[in-house]
Amino acid sequence: MAIAKILGIETEYGVAGGPDFDPTTASSIIVNAYAQQGRTRITWDFNDESPGTDARGILGLGALAPMIETHLANTVLTNGARLYVDHAHPEYSSPECDTPAQATLYDQAGEEVMRRALQVANETLPPELAISLYKNNSDGKGNSYGTHENYLVSRKVDFSDVVRAMVPHFVSRQVIVGAGKVGTETKIGEASRADFQLSARAEFFEEIVGLETTLKRPIINTRDEPHSDAERFRRLHVICGDANMSPVATFVKLGSTALLLAALEDGGASQFPTPPTRPVRAIHEFSFDTTLRHAVADDSGLTRSAWDYQDELWLLAHRYVERHGGAAVASPEETRQILEQWREMLDGVRDHPDDVADRVDWVAKKRIVEGFQSRYDLPSRDAKLRAIDLQYHDVRRDKSLAQRVGLRQMASDEDIRNGVLRAPEGTRAYFRGECVTRFPDDIVSANWDSIVFDVGHGPLQRIPMMDPTRGTRELTGSLFEQNSTAIALVAALNG
Amino acid sequence: MTEQERIQKQRTERTHEESEDVSIVAKKGEQLKGELDDLLDEIDAVLEENAEEFVRNYVQKGGQ
Repeated sequence: MAIAKILGIETEYGVAGGPDFDPTTASSIIVNAYAQQGRTRITWDFNDESPGTDARGILGLGALAPMIETHLANTVLTNGARLYVDHAHPEYSSPECDTPAQATLYDQAGEEVMRRALQVANETLPPELAISLYKNNSDGKGNSYGTHENYLVSRKVDFSDVVRAMVPHFVSRQVIVGAGKVGTETKIGEASRADFQLSARAEFFEEIVGLETTLKRPIINTRDEPHSDAERFRRLHVICGDANMSPVATFVKLGSTALLLAALEDGGASQFPTPPTRPVRAIHEFSFDTTLRHAVADDSGLTRSAWDYQDELWLLAHRYVERHGGAAVASPEETRQILEQWREMLDGVRDHPDDVADRVDWVAKKRIVEGFQSRYDLPSRDAKLRAIDLQYHDVRRDKSLAQRVGLRQMASDEDIRNGVLRAPEGTRAYFRGECVTRFPDDIVSANWDSIVFDVGHGPLQRIPMMDPTRGTRELTGSLFEQNSTAIALVAALNG
Repeated sequence: MTEQERIQKQRTERTHEESEDVSIVAKKGEQLKGELDDLLDEIDAVLEENAEEFVRNYVQKGGQ
């Protein structure tokens, strides 16, 4: 049986402005601004962080363990998320969610957190130093930063099967969930002469499998840091995705990937289409081709376009849901929505792109870029077109172009505002969020798999949370009702 | 009605239907173009004024 696909998204936001135009300073101001306006001065605990651990069990010579910057601003939010400064970017890591729709809502809650932080920060800064934030993946000059998805996967699945099964999806899903980009910014991109790409992130990938996330980026990242019981779980850390402004695109990106991982757990890797012989070339070439006709060969000589791959993978997911149900991923209704939207977007990008401009980011962006280009007779890649690309991702509502293109919404504004404050109820994020909300003065630090309490006497008390599927409202809600102080809660947990 | 006339009538009807389809498509196309024009007006109004400088100044340190 497939295990519950607990999932979430971590997003590094692009940052401009601030004192001395220093991005690290600006990022710290953003995180601190949010921490000051809420009760979020609880710091992150790095005890269990080991981003250098490799899922393949061996550490390649070139694969240096990423550094953790412990001196930078770092907080836990009442919704169970982590807000911090990572590599000169403010980053929001959503709480663990138990369905793709919920993870989409908490991704949007992250945008709202950044919007509020920005407002508070800019009230303290002179106008010429005002900060702006962008939910995107590159600066157009060759510098990229990530939007990473995380999925809980059973340790029983061999890692080589994860690679074999998931490479086809990761190279091809950009046809429906790519964010789109004006121009190119790497050597390989320049050589393609593409004026518009499906994906913002694809051209930065140089390896098929690897541990790195900042250099020589791999399509499949092997960081083996489950933040949970390593005997039972893996956390698949997917680094090749784009930051989506379209909630339906985020939903389909998460839902399709989660369904395919569940299908892999229940039915093995052999049911999946064979990966392209050259996956890195495939992810590049698919991104450079907005006609969606370019096909690449697999080892048997069979050629497929990104669209063909997605068509096969949709059928696989559809069959999986028919035979096994999709309970590991979501309710029957939500699973049906994933398959329906995935199908509509896939047929739409090929047959009637205008019909899916309300859901597919690259289609929505390309439409306004080309509209502007023809209205003012601009050359390809003109600064105005690049400005449209950048401003599509602006976090501020009054500046954001994504806010204006008519993207179909999923959650209500009220639900998103609620998601800023309250944690998901069906994962351990509930326990973390409740503790941070109720006992902020008694918590020394928290991280994904534990919370450390200082109850005033005796040693600090670490409460482990090694199973992401526990610590739910169902399992711990009554504990909070019965114990109104941190001392009582810790005693009850230790009793 | 002779066979010839019936075929003629069917042909005329079909041509008529087709021309209706074409006009619906054309109408939809015009509507889409109108919507896009309105959207481009709106974008024009909020787009950063000095695009050149705005794009040039946006420089990030690489991340993950």
